[in-house]
Formats: sequence, structure tokens, C-alpha cells
Amino acid sequence: MSDADSTDEFEPVEVFETTDMDLRSGSDDCYKCSTCDTSCPVAEVDDEFPGPKFQGPEQWRLKRKEGHEIDDSITGCSNCMRCDDACPSSVPLSQMHNTARGEYVESQRFGREALAALRQGEPREALEIVRNGTDGLVERVRNRVLANYRTSAWLASKVPWLANRAMNFGPARWLMEATLGVTKEREFPAFADQTFREWWVERGGAHVGNPDKQVAYFHGCYSNFNTPEVAKAMVHVFEEFGYEVLVPPQKCSGTPMFANGMLGDARRHAETNVENLAAAIDGGADIVASCTSCSMALRQEYPELFDLDGIDSVAAHTYEAVEYLRLHEDLEGELAAAEVDASEFAYHAPCHARNQGIDRQAIELFSDLDGATVEDVGDSCSGISGTYGWKEEKYDYSMEIGEEMFEHMESADGETGMTECPTCAMQMEHGTGYEISHPLELLEEALV
Amino acid sequence: MAIEDDVCVIGGGLAGMTSALRAAREGARVRLVSHKKSTLRHASGLVDVLGYTPDGELVAEPFGALAALPAGHPYERVGVDAVRDGLGLFDEVVGDAYYGDHTDANALVPTHGGTVKPTARYPESAAAGLASDPRETLLVGFETLTAFDAPLAADHLDAAGVPAATRGVTVPFPGAFRADSRVTRFAHALDRDEAIETNAGTTGARRALATAVDPHLDGAERVGFPAVLGDDESSDVRAALETRLGVDVFEVPMGPPSLPGLRLERLFTAALDDAGVRRTTGNPVVDFEADGERIQAVYVDRNGQRAPFHADEFVLATGGLVGKGIDSDRDGVIEPIFDCHVPHPDDRYEWFVDEAFGDHPFARFGVDVDAELRPLDADGGIEYANLRAAGGVLGGADFAAEKSGSGISLATGYAAGRAAGEAV
Ligand SMILES: Cc1cc2nc3c(=O)[nH]c(=O)nc-3n(C[C@H](O)[C@H](O)[C@H](O)COP(=O)(O)OP(=O)(O)OC[C@H]3O[C@@H](n4cnc5c(N)ncnc54)[C@H](O)[C@@H]3O)c2cc1C
Ligand code: SF4
Ligand code: SF4
Repeated sequence: MSDADSTDEFEPVEVFETTDMDLRSGSDDCYKCSTCDTSCPVAEVDDEFPGPKFQGPEQWRLKRKEGHEIDDSITGCSNCMRCDDACPSSVPLSQMHNTARGEYVESQRFGREALAALRQGEPREALEIVRNGTDGLVERVRNRVLANYRTSAWLASKVPWLANRAMNFGPARWLMEATLGVTKEREFPAFADQTFREWWVERGGAHVGNPDKQVAYFHGCYSNFNTPEVAKAMVHVFEEFGYEVLVPPQKCSGTPMFANGMLGDARRHAETNVENLAAAIDGGADIVASCTSCSMALRQEYPELFDLDGIDSVAAHTYEAVEYLRLHEDLEGELAAAEVDASEFAYHAPCHARNQGIDRQAIELFSDLDGATVEDVGDSCSGISGTYGWKEEKYDYSMEIGEEMFEHMESADGETGMTECPTCAMQMEHGTGYEISHPLELLEEALV
Repeated sequence: MAIEDDVCVIGGGLAGMTSALRAAREGARVRLVSHKKSTLRHASGLVDVLGYTPDGELVAEPFGALAALPAGHPYERVGVDAVRDGLGLFDEVVGDAYYGDHTDANALVPTHGGTVKPTARYPESAAAGLASDPRETLLVGFETLTAFDAPLAADHLDAAGVPAATRGVTVPFPGAFRADSRVTRFAHALDRDEAIETNAGTTGARRALATAVDPHLDGAERVGFPAVLGDDESSDVRAALETRLGVDVFEVPMGPPSLPGLRLERLFTAALDDAGVRRTTGNPVVDFEADGERIQAVYVDRNGQRAPFHADEFVLATGGLVGKGIDSDRDGVIEPIFDCHVPHPDDRYEWFVDEAFGDHPFARFGVDVDAELRPLDADGGIEYANLRAAGGVLGGADFAAEKSGSGISLATGYAAGRAAGEAV
């Protein structure tokens, strides 16, 4: 089978041959070359984690033959999706991991089963189910809290000063680690005094009206609640090029939920997003995102995991914001004529930029910009992978994975980091103490 | 619309990277668009020019044998000078990481299966292991690394009549590793000289490994390990083992995933970055736009979305049946991007022969080109004026049987890259 052809007919939902998500055809494409294993950053540091080849194709084979349960180790995968990119045979590894994690988490919902047992007059059995089920309950609650970052962030944004203080208050952090397993090593990201959406309403929405050039901005949670400056830069840059920016109602992209096996939650958020984004597309807009995990979710994970009306159209019309400008405007020409105050950046390409083919984009774009030097710090994973590095039991691994990036950042000339991914930014800052900026902010400085 | 370059190379294997580097030397602005990373990470890391003639005879001096190749063979198309130039470019890129440039003769390198492979360039790490070297040899395998059975490989080498007495032994890799540990796990433990628990207390991984092998030396003058001796620090790792064992140490090239292949890929990507080649990896090229005789742009696909890459000149380096540059189905054999003509018998039963290792016509399937490497249509006319092809996508050679894969990629990549760069 040729890759060129297969992508022509890309219809990932077909991979599920039955309702219980049979990934056999993907599994059959694996010829056990182990390339995926050698590119998995978690397997590199965590001897307990058997790696993507086991988690994906092998586990599916086992499951079919022996009625085998999903292995606990699936929770070790950070969903960085590097294995997807590495596989020469295009085995849908991350899709397999996402569905396996979903199934694993689902199998641990013991409440309903226990109730059913009670109703059947089996109190002993109900008790037994509850006893078995509560193993790891705290971990599951913790994962739920981490995965539903949008909810906590929404709350915190109502009282940012209080949240900023409370979340990083020593004893509270100790308590969170002791009771919930959220590492106390990390600083919680600061919440902005004004969210992007509040700013957007205050400024009266779009300043450029243009029915022929419209983009709908999927800002995601992070640039709304934590780094509205990135979202504002995106608006300013696009308006500079004459685009009318729309900001449709939206929820979390679902990235942290996929990584924690909460496919039900992710689906609910996806429904809202797909509905609103598809409507914008029908109105003539394309979708742009400033976070590479958000664009990845809309482009790849949504159509792989859900079957919603309009989902293929959303996938086909979504772009990373800078990529969009490169394809539709003479961004290079504009940058060649521009100039910024002398600034040096140590750039890290997020894993989720890799699969979208934009991991070299920032380096390439800014190479002709007077005043700026942007140096690639290598192709290692930053190690945080969304919620992964927030878990107490994963924190050390996360820092070990990030070690190479920290070293390369330190030896690069720049003292400011740059990346498109907000959690990578968190890790870069945590490991080096550098300020981290987004390519859109440099574009804003150069062009607006 | 706005991504424009002078030369666009499609395919990130050895042929594509060589084309891109060579075109950049002409001052062209070059982009390399590749679906996946280089297949070098699956390859042995050895660079063969011609190990066997099409008739299956062992070749000692490849350059002497090139002249006798049939018309249509990629080497015949580009000529001997391009082969030398391609190797010259390779030598520049790899510096002293590879040996073999001192002679036109093939070197004989033992492989993990215990065969001896005629090759033109071999990694420095394999140098002490040459099969022509008469020094007594110990091969060491690891219990957890089933892909290299050292005693069996040693028997095979002995049976093949290598001049050196060769023994094999299997030892546990010191330390507590998973039974199915990845080769990179061993390599990185050695790179970092990780602390390892042994019966004699905690020691560094390098020392622990030497200690495990030492009792088996028994007069051997060199020791060969599977190619897992470090990744970034491989020469330090080897030097440390040599010091402790008091003999030369070498690596035996392995199957995928291959550390020597990964190291070679890194050398090439660094050269591409130095030459200012723009790299875009992750999505396949699926379509193109042409204006009569010239290609204007190619399109990559990502989940139904198409992004164009414009250029003046294009190089097709998408590999063969394995690299997916050539595709077949029940109806025929095709080149999937530009639909270039791929000569093949109409009858599917003539694509292969009965014996599994026989002389299969399909192994030679690929696009036919003129001396400038421009793909030809069924009537022998040029498909597109600004399209050239290089590497595994070319027909007329059975790379695997001839042991000519990398040599053809270097020679044709060089020629295609130079022509594309000159044309802009
Ligand atoms: C397992 C193995 C062992 C080998 N061992 C040896 C050896 O011992 N000695 C030796 O000399 N050679 C060896 N080779 C051969 C050698 O490494 C190269 O594979 C050979 O030179 C072919 O190189 P290539 O660049 O033409 O194609 P490939 O290396 O196959 O590269 C093709 C590239 O094109 C990309 N591509 C394909 N389709 C598309 C598309 N539609 N759009 C964008 N990109 C696309 C692929 O992702 C890939 O990056 C081995 C190869 C393999 C696979
Ligand atoms: S890289 Fe792909 S083919 Fe190779 S082992 Fe992993 S899943 Fe299988
Ligand atoms: S997604 Fe990342 S962490 Fe998970 S198996 Fe793949 S490479 Fe490993």
C-alpha cells in the first residue's frame, strides 16, 4: 500500500471494524521493526514502560486472542505522539493508545457495577467491587482534575489574584501532592488578570471586517486564561494582513483528556467545538490555532476518535496560525523587509508540531529577519507532555526526558526560549528559568 | 501559495538528502519534503556500491565492474564519474566517522547473521572487525538481544572461511534491564556510563560490561559487539572498553532499528542544516500541479488538507517498493505521485519467479530515466522537463541482490541534485 494513496482515502474511523474498537488492520501493518520504541521518550527513561509497539499493535493482538485486559502500563504513555511520526508503516499508534487508555479508564468505573450488584441483592459482591475499585481511585480523581484544566482555570480566572496565590501556597501544594499526587515541584502557571475573551469583548470584537478573508480562532484554554498576550498577538498579526478574526464559542480541545483516557469528557467538548467551528467554516472561514496540541487535536485526534457531523471538514480546514499565514500570504517577503530589536531565542519544536510537519517552521521563517536569531535546541521531547509532568510519580521522568533540551537551551546563545506549545513553555521555563515567548509574539513585534 | 523554493526534493532518504545537498551547492534555495524520516534508521549503516554483479558474482573492485552493467541500470545512466562524485560528497559529510575511502576495493564486513558483506564504506566503529583481518576474534552477544546470536554468527563466519579463528559467547548485559529492552536503552546506558548494580558492587556500565566479557577473552585479539555501543558517545564507549579489555573492539552492524544508521542520518541532517536546506517532514506528497511540460507545485496531504510547495525544479527520491516510492496492486505497478511510467510485464505472474530468493523481476521495478535522470514515459519521451528521479525509485537494479543500495542513491542523488541546481 502506498502512503500517498492511503492518505488520499484517510478515513480513520474505518479502523474500528466493530463497536468495541477493533484496531486489527492497524495492528496488521506493523512489521515489528521497533523504530517506534527507539523514539519513545518515556520508554527511554522508565524501565517499567514497555513502549509503543507493545501498547499498540501487540496489545491489540493479545487482546483479541486471549481476552486479555488492557495493561496498566498504558497509563505511562504521555501521548507525545512521537511514535506516530516514527513508524515507517503508518501504524496508527497514538490512536491505538488513546482508545486503549479510554477502555482502561472505562473498565475502572466500578460504581455502576457495584450498584447493580446491590440491586441484585449481592451486598458482599458490591463491597468487593468497591474494594477493588478504590485502588488507584485518588490517582483517577487527580487525573480528572488535571484533564479538566479548563474548569479549574475558568474558576481561577474569576479571582486570578487569589488563585495565583493559593495555587502556589506552600502548604496547599504539599497537601495537593500528599492527597492528590500533583507534584509540588512545579509552579502553577499564573492566571491573567483579564482573559483573552474578556479582552476581546472589551475591545468590541474584530477591528477588521472582511467577508473574503476570515479566520475563526481556536484559542484553547491556555492562551485564554494564562497567556492572553499570545492570543492578542495572533489577532494583531492577522488583522495586519487584513483578516477578519472570529472567536467562536469553544471548549477545551480535549488534549489533556485523551492523555488521561477520558474519552467521554473529550467527546463532549469536541461536540461543542466541532459544531461551532463547522458553522464558521460554512460561513467561509478557516480555523487557526496558536497551540500545536490544539491544532493536532482538531486535525488528527478528532477524526481518529469520534464520528461527529462536520468533523472531517474541521480537520481539513484547521491550520496552525503561522503555518496559515505562510501558505496564504507572503510572510517570508514581509519578514525579509522587517526588523526587530536584537533578540536571540532558543527554540524548541513541540512534539505535536512534528506530526503536522511544522517543526522546522520557526527556524526557517525567522532566518531572514533582521535582528532576530532563532536557534533550534534539538529534536528531543521537552518531557512535560501536558499533564504527564504534573503527576507526582512522573515528575522525575519528565525532568529526565527534558534534560537534553535544558542542556541545549543553556548552550544556545539565546537567553529567551521560544515554542508554540504552552506546556512545553512551562517545562522550558521550569528547567532553565528562561522567559518563553511564542513565534506569534515575534511576528507581532516585526510586522505590526 | 507562498511557499516557494528553487529546488524541491521529495523523499528524505539517502538519495533525497544527497540531491538536496548537491543542489544547495549550486546556490539554489532547496527544500526537502519527506513523509517519514530517512530509512537509514532501518539500514545497516554500511554503504555499498556494488557487491555482486547482476549474475551473482562477488565483486572485489566495484569500479572495474560498473562498466559491464547493462543499459538501463542506474549506474549506466549516470556514469562512473557520478559514482565517484557521490562517494566524494559522502566522504565530506561523514568526515572520519567512516572508513574505506583509501581504496577502490570492497571491504568485507561481518554482519549480525554471520555473513560477510562486500561494502565500499563502513563506520569507523566496524573497522577493527573486517573479515579479511586474520586476528583471532571473539563475538559477544547479549541474552536479552535475540537479534544477534553470537555463537551462531561465529559458526557461520567460520564456515564462510574467514581467515580469523572466530568464537562467539552470550553474556547477560550487566544491570537490571527489561527482557525486551530496546537497543537505544543499552546504548544510552553506555553513553552516560550509568551506575549499574553487579555482584561486585555498583560500577559504571562500561566497566561492568568489560568485566562481564573479560573472562571469555581467552587469547582473542579483538572483540565484536552488536552495534549498541553508545549513541552520541560511541567512540568514547569503544575506547573505554578497549582500554579495559586490552584489545580492539568493534561493532557488528545490526538490522532495524540501527544505531549506525541513526548516527549516519544525524551526520547528513547536520550537513543539510549547514547548507541551509529547508526541511519539511511529516506529511506525504500526494499530488502536483503542472503547466504542460513543467511541474509547478507539489501538494502534501494532512487529513484531507492540501498544502502546496512551489519550485522550479523537482527531484523524486521516494524510494522503491519498501520506501513506498513505487506501488503495486493487482492492476499494475505505478509511481504514485506523478504517475510516471514504470515498465513491467502486463501479466502479474511474470512479476516474480517461483523460488523465494530467485531473480524476481519486481525487484527491478522502478521508473526508467534518461542520462539526465528525467523519468521517461512509455514511448521513451520525457515525462516532465523539470523532474528528475534518484535512488530506490529508479528501475533497472536489484539493490538487495547486487548490494548497491546506498551507492546508487549517492550517485544518482548527486547527479540529479547537480542538474536541478544548475537548471535554476
Ligand atoms: C532494512 C534496510 C537495510 C539496508 N541495508 C543497506 C546496506 O547494508 N547497505 C546499503 O548500501 N544500503 C542498504 N539499504 C539501502 C539504503 O539505506 C537506502 O534505503 C537506499 O539507498 C534507498 O534510498 P532512497 O533515498 O532512494 O530511498 P529511501 O531510503 O527508501 O527513502 C525514501 C524516502 O521518501 C519518503 N517518501 C516516500 N513516499 C513519499 C511521498 N509520497 N511524499 C514524501 N515523501 C515520501 C520516505 O518517507 C523516505 O523518507 C538498506 C535499506 C533498508 C530498508
Ligand atoms: S515502528 Fe511501526 S512497524 Fe515498526 S514496530 Fe513500531 S508500529 Fe510496528
Ligand atoms: S505517544 Fe509518546 S509516550 Fe506514548 S508510546 Fe508514543 S512515543 Fe511513547
